[in-house]
Amino acid sequence: MARELKLMKGNEAIARAMIASGTDGYFGYPITPQSEVMETLMLEKPWETTGMTVLQAESEMASINMVYGGAATGKKVATSSSSPGISLMQEGLTYLAGAEIPCLVVNVMRGGPGLGTIQPSQSDYFQSVKGGGHGDYQLYTLAPASVQEMYDFVFDAWDIAFKYRNPVLILSDGAIGQCMEKLYTRDYVPRWTEEERRKNAPWGTWGKPADRNHNIITSLELDSGRQEIFNLKLQAKYAEMKEKEVRYEALNCEDADYIIVAYGSSSRISMKAMQMAREKGLKVGLFRLITLFPFPTKQLNEVSKKCKGILTVEMSAGQMVEDVRLATECRVKVEHFGRFGGIIPTPTEVLEALENKIIK
Amino acid sequence: MTEEIIIAGFGGQGVLSMGKILAYSGVMQDKEVSWMPSYGPEMRGGTANVSVIISDERISSPIINQFDTAIILNQQSLDKFESSVKPGGLLIFDPNGITHNPTRKDINIYEIAATAKAQEMGISKVFNMVVLGGFLKLKPIVAPEFIHKGLEKSLPERHHNLIPQNEEAIEVGKGIIKPFHTL
Repeated sequence: MARELKLMKGNEAIARAMIASGTDGYFGYPITPQSEVMETLMLEKPWETTGMTVLQAESEMASINMVYGGAATGKKVATSSSSPGISLMQEGLTYLAGAEIPCLVVNVMRGGPGLGTIQPSQSDYFQSVKGGGHGDYQLYTLAPASVQEMYDFVFDAWDIAFKYRNPVLILSDGAIGQCMEKLYTRDYVPRWTEEERRKNAPWGTWGKPADRNHNIITSLELDSGRQEIFNLKLQAKYAEMKEKEVRYEALNCEDADYIIVAYGSSSRISMKAMQMAREKGLKVGLFRLITLFPFPTKQLNEVSKKCKGILTVEMSAGQMVEDVRLATECRVKVEHFGRFGGIIPTPTEVLEALENKIIK
Repeated sequence: MTEEIIIAGFGGQGVLSMGKILAYSGVMQDKEVSWMPSYGPEMRGGTANVSVIISDERISSPIINQFDTAIILNQQSLDKFESSVKPGGLLIFDPNGITHNPTRKDINIYEIAATAKAQEMGISKVFNMVVLGGFLKLKPIVAPEFIHKGLEKSLPERHHNLIPQNEEAIEVGKGIIKPFHTL
């Protein structure tokens, strides 16, 4: 595996990046619109090349708990699903966060609630960054907006996951998952050797050497005092992520009178709307979120000081808009525009919403 | 140069693969490309469509609602997408199964009897390449040598023996496309 130019779907990019980034195992259960992730893994048969394990579990609950078991040993273990399947994984996710187990979970969102539709949506923002499972925990959440980012973010996810001992979520949607674009692949990062794993995951349950006590992986603590101390440690970790690991892209925001805030496929549609607005002489910028947690609060606050209004675009009834209002301290008008249930807004609709809700 | 195209028809007509070959040919010619399919319940038996963008610049949205070219292969798709062609744009349709002809007067409309021709020649499997040929005749946005490379990349190797037949079909398409209404 070397650097090559390819044309592929976002889902396929996720699978190929898992192999190329030295992932040790994938456990999943098929669901549209992300089935190509496991399909690609099954076609590529990485167990014959890199030695990566690929297994179709009997359910999403089984998948996430297999991730828990595998990743507890310090191996790079991943799963993927779409919205209803991710809901089934919430118990596992809070346990993983509570036990501080690095792992990768990919959600290729579809319309909800319930089984909903199989078309693209972005209505899992709250679930992703406001808990989802119980307890005070956060998933480091990356929102790719292109096939290239679907690929690259898998590599980034492993860096973050092991640096912070925290689960990482790649929050994508059916549009980016199903869309084919150009992609530059990367050189293969070999799977960790036994020694590398012990060095990179000294906390893992990979066997007890004579010179230390047992490593214990658990999220259970019966002493509330010690649980509070542990919670404070988690909060310090999240604060460090907020300080050091925020990612965003600001396009044409310097002179913008109006700013669109969006992530994932909505940010691509909004980029087109921004171009159309600029052609009409409207000074519109785009602030694209790359990390949803940590949220770029300070950066967005700074950018908003010079603008007259903000439109958030998300394929939901309005979730991220709450964090945008908080980040901008309600100094400027912030309105939401979205389609939901699997309907993708058009660039024309976004521009109309900007004109009607913000500029008028 | 940016060309925004919708290809729409029945599932099984090769709509998605025509888009893929066009997109891969664009990649080979060092263009920016995107290929965005409909993948909803409709592709499980029914209509299928794909938006393909080929551009010299970074592509903003792969999801678009106005097209430079619409390539239409059934009545449902004509009803759905005729109004989405940009003024001055291009609509290509196969008259097979069309009961109500397109009516726009502000766009260029061409017809290509690809279904009938492919059947007559016994090359129904590459019907979609006949259609692609018609499009390339009117808008040669990718050069033939890159179409060849695109075919090599998008067809599995076991089907590479069919590349000459695909290229022949493209040539047939270039020959049979004819104006229906032009500006």
